[in-house]
This record gives sequence, C-alpha cells and structure tokens, in this order.
Amino acid sequence: MGYNWNWGILFQPEPGGTGTFLHYLVVGLGWSIVTALCAWVIALVIGSLVGTLRTTTSPWVVKIGNGYVEIFRNIPLIVQMFLWFFVFPEFLPKGMGDAIKQMPPPWSVFVPAVLCLAVFTSVRVAEQVRAGIQSLPRGQRMAGTAMGLTQFQTYVHVILPQAFRIIMPPLTSEFMNIIKNSSVALTIGLMELTGRARAMQEFTFQVFEAFAAATVLYLITNMVVVLGMRALERKIRVPGLIAVQAGGH
Amino acid sequence: MDSGFDWGVIQRSLPYLFLTGMKFTLALTAFAMTGGIIFGTILAMMRLSSMRAVSAIAGAYVNLMRSIPLVLVIFWFYFCAPYIGMWLTSAPRPVQVGPEYSAFLTFTMFEAAYYCEIMRAGIQSIARGQVWSGYALGLNYWQTMGHIVLPQAFRNMVPVLLTQTIILFQDTSLVYVISATDFLGAAAKIANRDYRLVEMYSFAAVVYFIVSFGLSLMVKRLQVRIAVIR
Repeated sequence: MGYNWNWGILFQPEPGGTGTFLHYLVVGLGWSIVTALCAWVIALVIGSLVGTLRTTTSPWVVKIGNGYVEIFRNIPLIVQMFLWFFVFPEFLPKGMGDAIKQMPPPWSVFVPAVLCLAVFTSVRVAEQVRAGIQSLPRGQRMAGTAMGLTQFQTYVHVILPQAFRIIMPPLTSEFMNIIKNSSVALTIGLMELTGRARAMQEFTFQVFEAFAAATVLYLITNMVVVLGMRALERKIRVPGLIAVQAGGH
Repeated sequence: MDSGFDWGVIQRSLPYLFLTGMKFTLALTAFAMTGGIIFGTILAMMRLSSMRAVSAIAGAYVNLMRSIPLVLVIFWFYFCAPYIGMWLTSAPRPVQVGPEYSAFLTFTMFEAAYYCEIMRAGIQSIARGQVWSGYALGLNYWQTMGHIVLPQAFRNMVPVLLTQTIILFQDTSLVYVISATDFLGAAAKIANRDYRLVEMYSFAAVVYFIVSFGLSLMVKRLQVRIAVIR
C-alpha cells in the first residue's frame, strides 16, 4: 500500500496558526452553516413571496414569477456563483461595483456566496410554497372571499398559515441542500468545510483523513438538522391531515 | 476591464467551447445517466429486498451519498481513484487516472443514489397484485422484476428520471473543481487566459439555460404524451 495513514494529523497544528487541523475543519463547518443560514433567511422571504405571487389571479404577476423561477432553476449553481462574483459587480454603477469588490476578505466572497445561494434556493422554496398553496382545497379561498376578506387578507390569514405547515417536510430537505450547496462557494474562495478539507489535503497530503473528517462533520450536521426538523414537524403538523411521516401511535 | 467588453472572444472560442467542452459535458451526462440508472435500479431492488443486510447496505450507501455535497464526492473520487486503480490492477504504485475518467466514475456512483430513490418510488407504485400474478404464473424473482415490475416502474418514472438527468447535466459543471475541461471548464480557461470573465461566464449561463430549459419543456410535453390513463 502506497499510502501512509496518519490520523494524528487532525490534532497537529495547521500552518495558519489558528489551532489544530480538526479545529480548522470545525471552523469551516461553522462558515458552511453561517453562509447557509443567512442565505436560507433571504431564500425563505423571496421564495414565499414569489411562490405566493405565482398563485394569484393576475396573469402578469404569475408570468413574472414563472420567469424568475425558470431562469434561476436552469442555470447551474456554480455558474450562478461566478455570475454573482465576477459578472454582477461589473454591471452595477461603478462606485457600487468597486465597493463590493474591495470589501475585506472573507466578506468579498461571503456576500456574493450568500446572495447566490439565497436566490438559487428561493426558486426551490417558491416551488414548494406554490405546491403547498395549490394542495389546499379551493373551498378555503372561497370561504375567505365569502367572509368578505380581500385577496391579501385571505392569503395572510387563511391560505399561507396552512400552506407553510404542509410544506415543512420538503423545506427541511431544502435546508439540508443549502448547507451542502454552500460547498460550491469554495470555487470563489470561501473557506467553508469542503474548501478547508481540500486545503488540508494540500498542506499535508493526507487525502483520506482530511476528506473523511469532512464527511463525518457533514453527516453529524445532517443528523442534527433531521432530528431538529422532525421535532418541529411533529409540533406544527396540521391536525386531521394524513401525517407525512407516520408516527406509529 | 477598462477596455469595455469584447464579445468577439465568444465567437473566436466557439469550436473549443463546443467541440471540446460541451462534447465532454454531454458524454459525461449520457454516461452517468445510463450507468446511474442501471446501478440505481439495482440499489432500489436491494433497498426493497426482504433480506435485512442487503437493504441496510443499499440504504447506507444512498443516505451517505445524499448527505454529503457533490463537490466533496468529486474530491473523494478524484483523489481515491488512483488508489482504487492500484488495488484493482495490483500495480505497485497509485495509477494515474486523470480528472475526466474520475468524473465518469464519480457521477455514475453519485447519481445512482438519486436514481435509486426514483426507481424505488416507481417500484413501490406498482400494485402488489402484479408481483403475485407473476409468481402465480411460475416466474421467479428476476423474471417477475424484469418482465413485469421494472418495465411498468420505469415507464411511470420516465419524466422524473429525465428531470433528474437535467439536474445531472447542470451538476456536471462542478467538475470545474478538479480542472476537467467540460463546457464550463473550457469557458473558464478562455476567460482566465484572455481576462474575459464577464463575457465567458455570461455566455456559459445563457447556453446552460437554453439547454436545460429546452430539455425541461420537452420533458413536460413527453409527460403529457406518455401518461397512462387509469
């Protein structure tokens, strides 16, 4: 075997002087999660808005919403990352574009990465929100109208609260996806978990240890997210509907 | 970029972008789709097996692949392929594999996990009576699967499988991280050589959009045509 195993490498100091390699990777995981969370908040807002607009009765609004979804769904994430990082600042007014490019690192890559992931995920959230709204019986909307609510009031008080509780499970997997997708930001230089595992491999040539550690960290994150969301889902499940995940008792 | 934009760079690099870059992207997509669906179907059958150990192994594999980012999987295979090659051929030292071949392996193995979940849903959508009637006719497991269950499952799932293939087509652009020359890789190489990042990346985005959007329209049309009326 031409490979020298050395698991102890995880506890040796990394060249940047911030601590051990394990610490270096865990900080990377922190960056992955922070990037994902920031993007997730924006994605939820835009996605809910676009998804809702696509179910309204105004044909133009629906068309614009559909266009937004199609554009950002049909361009690969890494290409969108490059668009936000390299192309977008060039099309802004000169002062603003320069201001973005001159932000101190890591913000100069963090901000484009968050914006990119937010928009990319907002499209998926929009699809879920739309599906959730359309899964409601038509009677709900009619009842709202019959009670004299405006379309806006019907959405806020009747439709959206139900739709969001229905789409919780698919949104969970979207949240997991956004954490995984944050790894694509390494291509513009964000040192998140995968990027740091790659860097560790370059410093030490311990390929397997570096990637195995990163894999384990992702698996742990995955498990925490799944367990947390499952608890939340149980809490907000709509009574009377068939449970998406059978509880057993 | 004070000199303004030079969109002519796109026209000058068209042969390289399409004959080298896009050719590899399409080859990778086609190979990973075929291999992924075959391996994914086997995984789905394993997951649905009544043998505990078999279904546990397939389940662990699928869950592992679905829990870690594709970029990390690409790195894993890129750096491990030489050792796998060494082990397979019992060569004395790691075998040179190169980013292109390792990409073929990576995407087949990774996408199989996603195709597996689709095929599993497809198989589970078939009525139990179909399986029973197969056994009643004296067919064994493989014959029942091959002649009765899988053809129906496959037909039901064709639109979903194709949609997954469009995602695969977009995902192949991630081979950029191991410097393979796919369509994006070709565009990036020209972009960096001539310092024409804005032009090349905008063009790449437009091309990816046209191909993916066109394919998704075709899938939608197909879905209407092949829908089984029940």
